[in-house]
Amino acid sequence: MVTETTKGKYNVIGTRPIRHDGYDKVTGRAIYGADVKLPGLLQGAVLRSPHAHARIKSIDTSAAKAMAGVHAVITHADFPAAEAKLVDLGEGAVNFHYASNNVMAAEKVLYKGHPVAAVAAVDKNTALEAAAAIKVEYEVLTPVTRVLDAMKPGAPIVLEDLEGQDLGEKIVGPTNQANHFRHEFGDVDKGFAEADVIVEHDFDTAMVHQGYIEPHNATATWDEEGRITVWTSTQGAFAARRQVAGILRTSDSNVKVIPLEIGGGFGGKIPTYLEPLAAILSRETGRPVKLLMERSSVFEASGPTPGSWMNVKVGVKKDGTITAATADLRFDAGAYPGSPVGAAAMCVFSAYDIPNTRIDGYDIVVNKPKTAAYRAPGATHAAFAMESVVDEICEKIGMDPLEFRIKNGAKEGTRRADGPIHPRIGAIETHQAAMASDHWQSKLEKNGPDGKLRGRGVATGYWFNIGLKSAVTISVNEDGTVALTEGSTDIGGSRASIAMQAAEVLGIPVESVRPHVADTESIGYTDVTGGSRTTYATGYAAHDAAQDVVSQLRERAAKLWDVDPEEIEFANGSYQSKSDPELRLTHKELASRLGSTGGPVVGSASVDPEGAGGAYSTQIADVEIDPETGKTDVIRFTIVQDVGTAIHPSYVEGQMQGAVAQGIGWALNEEYFFNDDGAMVNSSFLDYRMPTSLDLPEIETIIVEVPNPGHPFGVRGVGEVPIVPPVATIANAIHDALGIRLRETPMNPGRIRAALDEKG
Amino acid sequence: MVEKVRVRATLNGEPVDFLVAPYISLLDTLRDELGLTGTKEGCNDGNCGACTVNLDGRIVDSCCVLGAEIDGSTVETIEGMAEPGRLHPLQQTFLEEAALQCGICTPGFLVSAKALLEKEPHPSEERIRFWLAGNLCRCTGYDKIIKAVQKAAELA
Ligand code: FES
Ligand code: FES
Repeated sequence: MVTETTKGKYNVIGTRPIRHDGYDKVTGRAIYGADVKLPGLLQGAVLRSPHAHARIKSIDTSAAKAMAGVHAVITHADFPAAEAKLVDLGEGAVNFHYASNNVMAAEKVLYKGHPVAAVAAVDKNTALEAAAAIKVEYEVLTPVTRVLDAMKPGAPIVLEDLEGQDLGEKIVGPTNQANHFRHEFGDVDKGFAEADVIVEHDFDTAMVHQGYIEPHNATATWDEEGRITVWTSTQGAFAARRQVAGILRTSDSNVKVIPLEIGGGFGGKIPTYLEPLAAILSRETGRPVKLLMERSSVFEASGPTPGSWMNVKVGVKKDGTITAATADLRFDAGAYPGSPVGAAAMCVFSAYDIPNTRIDGYDIVVNKPKTAAYRAPGATHAAFAMESVVDEICEKIGMDPLEFRIKNGAKEGTRRADGPIHPRIGAIETHQAAMASDHWQSKLEKNGPDGKLRGRGVATGYWFNIGLKSAVTISVNEDGTVALTEGSTDIGGSRASIAMQAAEVLGIPVESVRPHVADTESIGYTDVTGGSRTTYATGYAAHDAAQDVVSQLRERAAKLWDVDPEEIEFANGSYQSKSDPELRLTHKELASRLGSTGGPVVGSASVDPEGAGGAYSTQIADVEIDPETGKTDVIRFTIVQDVGTAIHPSYVEGQMQGAVAQGIGWALNEEYFFNDDGAMVNSSFLDYRMPTSLDLPEIETIIVEVPNPGHPFGVRGVGEVPIVPPVATIANAIHDALGIRLRETPMNPGRIRAALDEKG
Repeated sequence: MVEKVRVRATLNGEPVDFLVAPYISLLDTLRDELGLTGTKEGCNDGNCGACTVNLDGRIVDSCCVLGAEIDGSTVETIEGMAEPGRLHPLQQTFLEEAALQCGICTPGFLVSAKALLEKEPHPSEERIRFWLAGNLCRCTGYDKIIKAVQKAAELA
């Protein structure tokens, strides 16, 4: 279902064309990172730490090096000493010293799966055998994997050189606390004193993984000039270039990254892992080298999203007005600083208008893989805590949960608890659409078959979205089609959504636009596909580049008719003289005359837009639970979301549905399970259970369109906010079914059974 | 060096005759030895279905079969699904229904779904969900995949 706000306004936007890259993807022709083949290609393998925390005493590579077919073996000693400086990657920042140590351990290994050596050999099996022949002597250290344990005095220290911060002050002595910040507004003590009802709880969430189906991969060459070329599946070719250059201590321009098709990322394919290793192996062998990550290492050694401990406290008056709220958010960053706790703090209260707030955020290092972005990073955790507390408040004061959210809802002009003022947003409209939905209006029969019990939950979520830099060039072909070159890797239909925006401006069919994702030497700087920015910012650049084409074509028409360009009107793909309406040429006709009016036309634009605008999603879940086994089935799910303007509604719905599916997995099953030695023990798709088609119901979508004033077509980012509410939505539905509140994830059968036993 | 094994099989309707080391999986045989990279690797241990191919009329995870095992067999991969210039109805409905996002799972889903429709031309939604439960997709939430299979079944 799509609301009708954009209806009739556009020719191309809002339609559902077949995506340009679709044919290659349904026939197996599309080339993903693992499919790259180069002459003389060597295959690599990585030796990884079996320990979660250990000092490397020695590495003996002699036996591996002596094996037939082995071309090179490298360790951290083959890496240049990286600079300890923080560099922005668009979504998140990187400290190259830590990034270098993360891709190849230096003195210590900090998590199970941490690379300690890598091999290049004639084939995969030889490389694996050689890796197994490397002897590493470790001094095993005590690991720490939980945030609260890592914060205790006397906890094992993960990074001896970490300079911790507490409220802007440097921490003296060793610590696992990378940072503690605070946002404070109003007077929370006064606010809580005014409250009639106060609810406060602790929450605990397990580390989870993005779960993209394509493992990480990288192929690289290092030539005689010292120039590095990398073929990889990445969310950002320029971000990969910056990391490779930073880790290998060369300039960005010395590295060329060729992005291949990418099999999912969700934030997890922003960091580089194998790329620098493949490059160094190529430097050592003089041959191209390819590395593929095994699935177990994807779990153990890529960048999952943190486990967390949180406390949220909210006070309300009897009439439902929120008077004060506090949040204490403690996130595990993994082995190096940089959890998404900052983003969690930006989101935790942002669906509401609250006069008095305080938010504390802690970034804590632990012996787990370094976390990376995962779809609205940090916001899902925060919403789980906040929306569970809000649900309990609504129950206590006897108020409809959607009415409560409308009453206290953030709107244009509301100040976010971390400072910024909301521009035009669609929180209230989203709640209203949820309220009017068939799902919310329908009655749920509380008793299911075979003694199963049913419940309904609702929750909302916010994500701020980002803008950042994008470049697009459009060249006009003589047959009237255009080639559109962009730097945003296409993870889920963005070639189409960007091409549609160009087609809309040019007044041509979307099939006449041929979008192409280029390497770092063929397009201007473009930030990562992340932060829900691609359709927004790269779409913005496509709009501006198309306008550049229009203005150049207008000049060509003026030249042909010998009139002033101002004399020419452009509408619906036609150029027409205002004074002599007989003089009229379509885009296509004009394109065929370019050769005789000055040569080819190329339009271009580079943008860094500020007005990404925030997005809201409100979700409704019906669950059916077997109290005997504790198993939860989601029997109906509706997602409502403000998307600004839906460029390609099918792919907008796809983002909404896919995120909900991930959120349901996060809520009910998924977790990193660590043993006492700090090792992840469920690093396979068999044991890390992601939802299958059989585990999920149809996911109903309701698109709300409150156009974003910060984009020429009103686009808001859509990819991330849909994963913010699902965990809380399911928790609230479980409460409705069973009368128990689970404040730990996953809410698996064991936890449900235990909570039922406790309730008695 | 282990001696390679000679294998003769029918691959996407064409005879093939090749040598492969006995420990190489069918997945790697297809991708590395025979140059057919449309079949994808997601896990290499039988738990994602990205590597699904049709082996003598049955769908299998090609990462869990050896290349040497297909001697005398008939194998169909994603590359054999379309007629020259004409997509299989499932390929067409996957495009129309936006049943793929990143597309890495798509070849596996298509090969699985084709086998289902050949066996049962008009499966229920529940049956489709059951049949495809061996194929993981992390992007779509499955909804549009199920709809695309239903639509292809209606067209048949
Ligand atoms: S790669 Fe074969 S099942 Fe996953
Ligand atoms: S479309 Fe990405 S895994 Fe299915």
